Amino acid sequence: MQDTKGRDHIVLEARGVSKTVASPEGSLTILADVSLRVRAGESLAIVGASGAGKSTLLSLLAGLDAASSGRILIAGVDLTELDEDGRAALRGKHVGFVFQSFHLIPSLTAVENVMLPLELVNRADARGVAATALAEVGLGARMAHYPKQLSGGEQQRVAIARAFVTHPDILFADEPTGNLDTATGERVIDLLFEMNLGTGSTLVLVTHDRALAARCGRVLQLDAGRAVN
Amino acid sequence: MNVLRFAVRNLWRDLKSGESAVLLLALSVAVLSLTAVGFFTSRIAQGVRAQAAEVLAADLRIESPKPLPPRYFRQARARGLRTAQVWSFPTAIFSGDRSQLAAINAVTAGYPLRGRVRIADAPFGASRPIDHLPARGEAWLDARIIAELNLPIGASMKIGAGSFRVAAVLAYRPDQGTSFVNLAPAILMNAADVAATQLIQPGSRVTYAGLFAGAPGAVNEFRRFLRANKGPSERLREVGDTSRQLNAAIERASRFLNLASLASVLLSAVAVAMGARRYASRHIETVALMKCMGAAQGFVLGISIVELSLLAVAAVAGGSLLGFLAQSGIAWLLRDLIRGALPPASAAPVPLAFVTVMAMLIGFALPPLLQLKSTPPSRVLRKTADPPPLRHGFAYVLALGALAAILWILVRDAQLVGSVLVGVFAVGLALTLAGYGLVRLTGRLRGGVGVAWRYGLANVSRRGTASVVQVVAFGLGLMVLLLLAVVRGDLLADWRRSLGSDVPNNFLINVRPQEVQPLRQFLGAHGMGQPEMFPMIRARITKIDAAPVGALHFSSDRGRRFADREQNLTWSAQLMPDNQLVAGRWWTRAEFGRPLVSISTEYRDALHLKLGDHLSFDVAGETLTVEVASIRKVRWDSFRPNFFLVFPPGLLDGAAGTYMTSVFLKPDQRPQLVPLVREFPTVSVFDVDAILKQIRDIMDRASLAVQYVFLFTLAAGVVVLLAAVQSTRDERRYESAVLRTLGASRLTVLQGVAAEFSALGFLSGTLAAVGATLIGWVLARRLFSLDYAPDPWVWLTGLICGTLLVGVSGTLATRRVVSTPPIASLRED
Repeated sequence: MQDTKGRDHIVLEARGVSKTVASPEGSLTILADVSLRVRAGESLAIVGASGAGKSTLLSLLAGLDAASSGRILIAGVDLTELDEDGRAALRGKHVGFVFQSFHLIPSLTAVENVMLPLELVNRADARGVAATALAEVGLGARMAHYPKQLSGGEQQRVAIARAFVTHPDILFADEPTGNLDTATGERVIDLLFEMNLGTGSTLVLVTHDRALAARCGRVLQLDAGRAVN
Repeated sequence: MNVLRFAVRNLWRDLKSGESAVLLLALSVAVLSLTAVGFFTSRIAQGVRAQAAEVLAADLRIESPKPLPPRYFRQARARGLRTAQVWSFPTAIFSGDRSQLAAINAVTAGYPLRGRVRIADAPFGASRPIDHLPARGEAWLDARIIAELNLPIGASMKIGAGSFRVAAVLAYRPDQGTSFVNLAPAILMNAADVAATQLIQPGSRVTYAGLFAGAPGAVNEFRRFLRANKGPSERLREVGDTSRQLNAAIERASRFLNLASLASVLLSAVAVAMGARRYASRHIETVALMKCMGAAQGFVLGISIVELSLLAVAAVAGGSLLGFLAQSGIAWLLRDLIRGALPPASAAPVPLAFVTVMAMLIGFALPPLLQLKSTPPSRVLRKTADPPPLRHGFAYVLALGALAAILWILVRDAQLVGSVLVGVFAVGLALTLAGYGLVRLTGRLRGGVGVAWRYGLANVSRRGTASVVQVVAFGLGLMVLLLLAVVRGDLLADWRRSLGSDVPNNFLINVRPQEVQPLRQFLGAHGMGQPEMFPMIRARITKIDAAPVGALHFSSDRGRRFADREQNLTWSAQLMPDNQLVAGRWWTRAEFGRPLVSISTEYRDALHLKLGDHLSFDVAGETLTVEVASIRKVRWDSFRPNFFLVFPPGLLDGAAGTYMTSVFLKPDQRPQLVPLVREFPTVSVFDVDAILKQIRDIMDRASLAVQYVFLFTLAAGVVVLLAAVQSTRDERRYESAVLRTLGASRLTVLQGVAAEFSALGFLSGTLAAVGATLIGWVLARRLFSLDYAPDPWVWLTGLICGTLLVGVSGTLATRRVVSTPPIASLRED
């Protein structure tokens, strides 16, 4: 684990990744020959117009979907050689997520939502650790609240606490401010970068927002499934 | 990772949020129905068996031509059983210079161990039960002897060397039996007086019967002892082989009950299938998220399976408790109907319910769960990423397998299991096809109606598959309810009608050929009708297809008995009205006199016969070889003369020793039997009123029990409706929010929903009425051998109830969805 957090270490790598799907009009290429390398602690913004393939790339990089060709390595492990359960185990160990629509489980309270990834890896004292994480994002007083009792910004802060609670090597964020107003969005992004710096994790985020992209160390521009810079 | 811990927490959260409520409800109703019916029917069955045991006057009876070894009685008493003995022998009794052949039944203290003897003060007069034996020196005489010998009560007469006082008219003995051929009128006397008659000498034709009764466990244990130790000439008689009429009635009663409990379990299975689909669809986002965070497929599946198993355990525990309370309630309700105390319920239905519930879950809930585990984790980013579709073949095989297992667990009747499986499959297919047709048709109707109806009808056709699933689910639920509500009534009424108030309650046997005509005239003149007279011929089967029966092996005792003993046969020009041909054809006039025979299904099964087999009989020393021309299913509980073997007229003319017939006598006609037996002294009158009453009792109990079980079916039907309404709840919430955002009033949206559910209800009601009519007809003809006339009420009830029930309940259940502020619904989505 220590190795992967070394500043020069390549924690995420894509080599010639393509994704093709079948459509009524025949085969459709969503991503074509995308390659990238991300070092530990770096922040990378993936930008592009709607339909450019940003979310597909994020999904492949995180091992949520399988590439049609090419290779993806997380912490030196080749995802393309793993089956679905293998990829899940790798995600559980190295990856955290923040989504546009928060993806909190409505039947769980804030603290239970944060506990979920800890429980999945059988962490002792999951509740205590989750409570600390919630306090860190400023929601120490709202632990027993259900998602529907929280505002959009608060829900996203719970999601951030949940993403960081396992101290992941890489944090993937899909349009993290897409469902929030500008002011709330800014506060959430401040928190995200703050946590990213504090934990030393790598941040890969997909966004439409040029200002947000500008806060990242590097920017990958996608156009019709191809990397243009 | 701790799957159990996770599952327990998930289940708790799901229960708190109401997500698993329908599933839990469906499983609980199934368990409630299974256990209540199980507890109740086991008690009722034991009660009915006890009542049926009256026919033996005991739980167990052993008969022998030689005195029974005393150790039988010692062994029985050691097991806590009560015992008694009956010695039966024929003899002539004398009063002055007149004599009469009689069957003496000398009984010891305790007789009868089951049932009660009835006596009367005048021949064929009103009778009353009595709990003691004739005193020493007294005898109770059959009405026929009293009428024949003109003996007043209190007169004296001689049996062998002993003198006896006529103390009462013997009206009924529980073990008088139904095999009444050549039966002489009976006399009941105290066994202590037998020595005084000096009638039992070496070589006398005496039947010694040992009677035993007690707790079921001890009776079973003693039965095993007797089977292992009885001599070759000793015959063990059990409740099961006492009376064909009673057995047929009990069998039919249990079929009604099984069918009713089966219906609620099948409906619950439909609700479980729908509940599991919803469970899967509500958990799909969570599963995608958990997989995204590192959960393996096995872990996800494990959680679902453990969660469902915990639900099953909760349902079995809660349902069984309710089931126990429910059966106690009904036992209390029926307390006056059931003679004596009902035996306590056994715990056997509980494990049975658990196995059934697990089979339901595996067959109906596992397929959507297997699909759920394959949810792609990328669904967290793209909502369109669905799990791969379920392999239908696999799901159907699983469901049908589970269904077959459940049916087998419940009824253990291959014919019933087969019929129901074929029926469910055919009905499911027909409902689906008809549902598609109706849903498409509904789409075309929407042009000429108002906005709410247009929206509602458009929804029915737009939802396509979902609408068909709902129509099938509603239709299936309504169909079973209709089947039970209306058809059940018809079937039970038909059954009761088959044993109507004018069913013959007296058999006249031993009618000599020259008496046939005068007896007919006598009956006609005294208002007892013109019943058909059946010739009776005694014959023994000697060969089957040229092979001597002595050398053949038969798998059942019954087969051996048929082969070893003489049977009564008859001839008839027409098929008896309560017989149904199941193979071959009835003879034409041109075939009268040809060597043919028609056999009953029991005879066919016991001797492994088929059409075209050649059977040889010994008829009064002559050999007669005939061919099996037809096979008949006989309704033994019709109380009309019936025979295992029937020949065409002209073949055995002149061979008939006697004739028999049956008549219905109202209570006020019974005294006319006195001149009858005087005018026809050899004719025996056999009164079957008591056994008729027993069977009517069984019918009453079965009817009540079926009504009761119907309540559970109703509950299961309601759960199906709930599950079907809930299945499209999320979609409706979203649509209602969009419509209201676009300016539709709450009332317009609600009217649209009401229109949609009413249309679905009308379609389901139509399908349910068609299905219930067809299935009712098949059940009546095939399973219950009854005539069934389609009832127009089924149609009216189906359409009105379908439209109202589904329309109102669907609208009420969705009302809250429509009332939710649009923004809340849209945000949640």
